[in-house]
Amino acid sequence: MLEYLFKRLATIVPTLVFVSMLIFGLQQLLPGDPAMILAGEDQDPALIAHLRAKLHLDEPLPVRYAYWIGGVLQGDLGESVRTQQPVLDLIVQKLPVTIELALLAMAVALLIGIPAGIVAAVGRDTPWDYGATVFALSGLSMPNFWLGILMILLFSVQLGWLPASGYVSPAEDLRANLAAMVMPAIVLGTGIAAVLMRHMRSAMLQVLSADYVRTARAKGLSERVVVLRHALRNALTPVITLGALELGTLLSGAVLTEQVFTIPGFGKLIIDAVFNRDYAVVQGVVLVTATAYIVLNLLADLAYFAVNPRLRH
Amino acid sequence: MKTILRTLLPAVALAFAAAAPAQTLRIGLAEDPDALDPTTARTFVGRIVFAALCDKLVDVDEKLNIVPQLATSWEWSADNKVLTMKLRDGVVFHDGEKFDAAAVKFNIERHKTLQGSNRSGELRPVTSIDVVDPLTVRFNLAAPFSPLMAALADRAGMMVSPKAAQAAGANFAARPVCAGPYRFVERVAQDRIVFERFPQYWDKGAVNFERITYTPVPDATVRLANLKSGQFDFIERVASSDIAGLKNDNRFKVTRITEIGYQGITINIGKSDKAQANPLGKDARVREAFELSLDREGIVQVVMDGEATVGNQWVAPNNAFYAKGLPPPKRDIAKAKALLQQAGVPNPSFTLMTPTTSDAQKIAQVVQAMAKEAGFDVKIQATEFATSLNLADKGDFEAYVLAWSGRADPDGNIYSFVGCKQPLNYAGICQPEIDEQLNAARTASNLAARQKAYEQVAARVLKERPIVYLYHRNWLYAYNAKLSGIRSIPDGLLRVQGLKLN
Amino acid sequence: MAAVLPSPLTAPPRPRAGPWRLALRRLLRRRAAMVGLAVVLFFVALALFAPWIAPHDPVATSWGAVRKAPSAAYWFGTDELGRDVLSRVIWGTQASLLAGVVSVGISLLLGVPIGLAAGFLGGWVDGLVSRITDAFLACPFLILAIALAAFLGPSLSNAMIAIGISATPIFVRLTRGQVLSVKVEDYVEAARAVGNPPWRIALRHVLPNVTAPLIVQSTLAIAAAVIAEASLSFLGLGQQPPAPSWGSMLNTAKNYMDNAPWMAIWPGLSIFLLVLAFNLLGDGLRDALDPRQR
Repeated sequence: MLEYLFKRLATIVPTLVFVSMLIFGLQQLLPGDPAMILAGEDQDPALIAHLRAKLHLDEPLPVRYAYWIGGVLQGDLGESVRTQQPVLDLIVQKLPVTIELALLAMAVALLIGIPAGIVAAVGRDTPWDYGATVFALSGLSMPNFWLGILMILLFSVQLGWLPASGYVSPAEDLRANLAAMVMPAIVLGTGIAAVLMRHMRSAMLQVLSADYVRTARAKGLSERVVVLRHALRNALTPVITLGALELGTLLSGAVLTEQVFTIPGFGKLIIDAVFNRDYAVVQGVVLVTATAYIVLNLLADLAYFAVNPRLRH
Repeated sequence: MKTILRTLLPAVALAFAAAAPAQTLRIGLAEDPDALDPTTARTFVGRIVFAALCDKLVDVDEKLNIVPQLATSWEWSADNKVLTMKLRDGVVFHDGEKFDAAAVKFNIERHKTLQGSNRSGELRPVTSIDVVDPLTVRFNLAAPFSPLMAALADRAGMMVSPKAAQAAGANFAARPVCAGPYRFVERVAQDRIVFERFPQYWDKGAVNFERITYTPVPDATVRLANLKSGQFDFIERVASSDIAGLKNDNRFKVTRITEIGYQGITINIGKSDKAQANPLGKDARVREAFELSLDREGIVQVVMDGEATVGNQWVAPNNAFYAKGLPPPKRDIAKAKALLQQAGVPNPSFTLMTPTTSDAQKIAQVVQAMAKEAGFDVKIQATEFATSLNLADKGDFEAYVLAWSGRADPDGNIYSFVGCKQPLNYAGICQPEIDEQLNAARTASNLAARQKAYEQVAARVLKERPIVYLYHRNWLYAYNAKLSGIRSIPDGLLRVQGLKLN
Repeated sequence: MAAVLPSPLTAPPRPRAGPWRLALRRLLRRRAAMVGLAVVLFFVALALFAPWIAPHDPVATSWGAVRKAPSAAYWFGTDELGRDVLSRVIWGTQASLLAGVVSVGISLLLGVPIGLAAGFLGGWVDGLVSRITDAFLACPFLILAIALAAFLGPSLSNAMIAIGISATPIFVRLTRGQVLSVKVEDYVEAARAVGNPPWRIALRHVLPNVTAPLIVQSTLAIAAAVIAEASLSFLGLGQQPPAPSWGSMLNTAKNYMDNAPWMAIWPGLSIFLLVLAFNLLGDGLRDALDPRQR
């Protein structure tokens, strides 16, 4: 297992290098002059010249990449040209928000996906199966910004139960914080619920036809005990590891959901920075989230191996 | 049960709201402001926040007259090259430092010399500034410059504490220290900006809220939803299509103010080769035909639901500097077609570069349909805003849907746009006679002389049509009906002095 | 004169149905997948026959009929420029279906050959491809698509290219994985032993075994691509006005949710139904082609 770990760790470095080149290249590809858009509507030529020098825009691409990477390796992710805040500060500020949203969305996904998967597997090919499938897939089939706006109109404007948007830190007011996160978490979670449900269903089906389950049935145990006590535990493993991967995707920022609900997480940060040509912000944040995703991937794979001795080779 | 809940819940919520003394004014903004440093600030929305944080030397009122704020009186010398200002006594900055002439000198020099300053262009005519005595300051200009007062009523006139600015250096924006009615508490990017009352403010009687929070909510529907559900007390830039619904809701009030800016279509008539390659850019008659094919009232109705004023100049018809002899023309398809025949191009075709904002796209589609009736084939080229700026600067466009947020002095709405080789002159117009009159308007000090100069400019610009001005939007505010003291100042910035929740 | 009954001993053996036939039969039996297929075909029909079905011209503006509620003249109501929402939804089917199919087509065209090459050639080629693919997958999909779409310029075709390229790594990884697991099978070893050149082995033996998961992934990817186009349009980067697409209709409609909700309901519902249909179909295909259920 250790050997596997080292092999995987060795691949992380080149992958991260490619990530940095990819995100840097994509930003530089964006058309338009970043100095112009950052100079605001007055377009003062002196300011534009100053910004061009500051962003090294007149230097060749590899040189600009070197400036950026050099800074990153020293822990300096640059600063947002728009608000003059260091990128690292922005990340630290928004990390708790994004993590909280990701965890809540994951919770919603698990609460919907796992029972739906069990129901679909146990009642295979019956209306239960179809019903659960359609229900779970519905979450995946709706554009989440549409669902978000509909929910705001219903629950905030019509019924007044929940705040329409915004964020309150849990340290300040836990109630308000949860109230603000409910709708975004549901919007995000229903999408992932479908994926989890499908995997839960196929994992359960596989396990339910396994020998030890047949033995349990033969022993005379009730179906409910068979399902819950024996099958479920084994079926959960691949689903949990998949959940860890989806968590990684969530961490990359639920871009549109945050936009609609004005949750100040990574997704909104990146989107605004792309349209404002605030390169340092996009590059820095994506680098950090990509690293997190890769690490989570690695942990999930390790967990899978640890749990499943048959795969160790 | 649901109806019981529906009536109970707001009552409960209101009870809670009333328990916390109506001390926090919660404002919903349409965007997240940029850096909170008056010297480097570049956005309109930032100015809304500054109105509560940083007092300026002078301010503007509902009629765009210059009124005192940190300066109590001012006078120009006989040759209009020296401006002497008397400052208010007893003003302190948020950090306790005294506000005096030395502080003014520091600020003006900072605006002019700081790396990354966006104010140096506005203050270029000021060559030096002298401290006469602690409460008197003297600006020395290279040549007379009437728009200076209007600049000092905006960010160029905002005063920050010299001690704090020197201590913070490049990080001043993280914790701005000014002399306004509220001082900075915290800012979480894209989440909120929080200010608290400054007890030593010179006009403390006018300050009724303990705290103000500004929250950016870019989506207009969600911003309005926040107002309706009670999360905000005041929102700016309400969507024009939502106004009708608010009219019948007596929990909220709406204020509409004609903006000092405009919405128009800029035409490339000389910025690059593309101008000559296209009939619209080449021939003034084609441009006249284009303007005549448009029904401005119809555009205002469809695009803005009537929440705009038809215009054909860079200032609104009710502005003192509007050339009254040149009113907006009525739609005339017959004349348009005749002009096109004369010009020899009965079916001209051109590409209209349109930023991907919803207003711009609506305008483009309406214009496309209207101009078609005169024979024009308008192709809409949707371009991301950042890209469109760059293309316009290079002259790589034929026509461009572009708005301008407006400045209090008319010079700010026209000089940079039609002056030869000026930074915002995307049309590429260059007529020495226009430049002459623009400069004359800058140096003239009395109203009549300036009006005359601008009339001359208008005559030429409206004939040449580098920009077809369409309308002037209404600034639309919506707020809790219990909020009083909202002033209708045309720059669209909310003044917090005098606001009260009853 | 006695009737000769067929007996197992004398009756000729029934031909064994091939694996594809069996899969098809399983697919036809899954009701959810059949519903999905029917809905997809319905939308395809809408797209093909739009010029004849749509009651009005989708880009014809009408200043007098701005934001009118659904009525006999306008079954789905009108939008902010007085255009018929029903006609725009019908015509918009073309854009959405194209967005889904073309994007995935691009992903397949790019991803499958690369995946085949990586899996088959192994060595440093595989290493390089895998690292680059991992890098792509580590970046948020929507950010990649937005950056590419912004680079190419806002339009439907550019959005399709952007989505297609952003989704390619998934197909690379999928193909490569399949190649790796098939490579060690006996018949491939045999083919190699006999001296077949790699490209023939790839085409003749490996590719057919990769098709099943690719088909499944494709239908699911089409669903995701339709939503991605709607998302890009929501940000102003997809189909541009006045041409209709469900995503750009939603983008405009979000400003009028309060006073003209029909502008958002019908395109939103259409996206939902089409995407759900593709998802059900893909699910059914996955079950039908799943070797474990043979």
